[in-house]
Amino acid sequence: MEYKKNNDIWVFIEIKGDGRVRQSSLELMNPGIKIAEKTNGKLVAVLFGSDLKEAIQEVKEYGADQIIFVQGDEYKEYSTDIYTDTLCLLLQKYVPAGILIGATNDGRDMSPRIACRLETGLTADCTSVDVDEETGSILWTRPTLGGNLMASILCQGHWPQMGTVRPGIYKKEKVLNKRVEIQQEIVELSQNVNRVRVYKTICENTMFADIENAEIIVAGGRGLGNAQGFQMIKELAEALGGAVGATRGAVENGWISHGYQIGQTGKTVNPKLYIACGISGAVQHIVGMSSSNTIIAINQDKEAPIFQVADYGIVGDVYTIIPELTKKILYENKNNENVL
Amino acid sequence: MNVLVCVKQVPDTTEIKIDLESQTLIREGAASILNPYDGYALEAAAKIKDKNPDTTITVISMGPPQAEAVLRECLAIAADKAYLITDRLFGGSDTYATSYILSQAIKHIQKMQKIHFHAIFCGKQAIDGDTAQVGPELAEHMKYPQVTCCLEVEERKNELIVVQERDESKKVIGITYPCVVTFTKPDADPRFPTFKRKMAASKAIIPYISSKDIVGIDLSNVGIKGSPTKVRKSFVHTNKKKNIMIKAENIEGAVQELYCIVNKINKS
Repeated sequence: MEYKKNNDIWVFIEIKGDGRVRQSSLELMNPGIKIAEKTNGKLVAVLFGSDLKEAIQEVKEYGADQIIFVQGDEYKEYSTDIYTDTLCLLLQKYVPAGILIGATNDGRDMSPRIACRLETGLTADCTSVDVDEETGSILWTRPTLGGNLMASILCQGHWPQMGTVRPGIYKKEKVLNKRVEIQQEIVELSQNVNRVRVYKTICENTMFADIENAEIIVAGGRGLGNAQGFQMIKELAEALGGAVGATRGAVENGWISHGYQIGQTGKTVNPKLYIACGISGAVQHIVGMSSSNTIIAINQDKEAPIFQVADYGIVGDVYTIIPELTKKILYENKNNENVL
Repeated sequence: MNVLVCVKQVPDTTEIKIDLESQTLIREGAASILNPYDGYALEAAAKIKDKNPDTTITVISMGPPQAEAVLRECLAIAADKAYLITDRLFGGSDTYATSYILSQAIKHIQKMQKIHFHAIFCGKQAIDGDTAQVGPELAEHMKYPQVTCCLEVEERKNELIVVQERDESKKVIGITYPCVVTFTKPDADPRFPTFKRKMAASKAIIPYISSKDIVGIDLSNVGIKGSPTKVRKSFVHTNKKKNIMIKAENIEGAVQELYCIVNKINKS
């Protein structure tokens, strides 16, 4: 298909089931602004939902030139078919140069279908997005081969250029006093065949569920020795307002469930702070956490490979150090409260 | 029911070493394995067969002739039939081209074998590329509905019931046949092959499917030429870690130091 292309850059803003904006979507506005400047196009935020009034107010502050939204009850919960159909129709109507989508579960479910339908390329789970000076195309950079290698990818001669971007890589930044054009779109969906039906949603213990978006993670490994060790991990995580993570070894020992697992067959995380407790640092674990901003490792074994990826390391007993640190944090938090 | 499972032979990414001087990977010595997520997809198919012995399980893989090894492994674990999709023209395919080739090969097998696959199972991603794109792109090429990142599956008469893992929840979903389902790691480990199955698998005949076999395949959609994305450059990820060791002889001092680091980050 031939389209009349323009230079605009789109950012897909995810709205969660409770109607709130997924914060990692707002992060994408930041590289979006820079790319749109270089391509000389508008930055457009696109969102779907059942009631978007508050979401639009929030998105407005992040530097979009235009917000395009589609509202309706059918958009309340993410649906592969409905979201794919709608976004494809909008992309075909407006023909932007490229689109950034969060590398979330839903983002990675929807984006390949769209790319395939539009017969274009898609780069997954990027950790950097820029414009290639030589070609003027978007340069999508991502880790590959288990994080052993970085690859920079171009999608020339195909439209639109698409990529999913890993949450937590960019910081969301408000842009003051920018004029935003807001536009509602009505999309005619072909008959809803309802091929996929959600019967039940089971929410897990929310404190643990969101480790991919947590700013602080305290993680435990085999070195904890038993399931009770995770109680201590949880207490430190709570004191810091963070989440709990685990290695495959700890999960396999049955100390904690797979939902907490970080690494190759678990989740990939990149928090501000990662505290590795009793984790030796098998490559399978490292690939899931090595892009964390700051890593602190506490381990008995001074030869443990985890120390090679750590910013700060302590060779010592987790059972002595962690409870003391938790106590200290709680004590200082309380003091600060009293001062205020 | 008839289940088709797509599998990939991947290098064991935990064994890959890097030559820092030439900024390249040393792949030699890294073993080739069945992509673990594809193993979970095969296990899900095997569980369906446990309950309903009439189930057939067909596995396909696209890759060089060496990839036969993972197909034999799948036959030993649970599969009834295996096909290798192999052709020099297919080399260098990105996810778009790969999913196109797979869709064409699946249609070819359905026609030749007079079989209809009710469900296509894939691992959610391969551990070498980690794109998680081939499953959904295959679903789009086939025009089938999809559910990604599933933990469990159960066969019903008119639909497949799957448990899907999401960011903040798990969902129980019904999906109409024919469909594509991708799998993530469940809590239980997949089964091991029995000795008897291993022996049979080593002697099994694995047919090859090449571009010449697939009637109507559009060769402009395959290989490097048919791939919308191109790798511009690759480089080794550099580790900029500080590697500062804190002395633990004096616990109080160490905890104080840790507290300062944590506090500073927490406030930033």
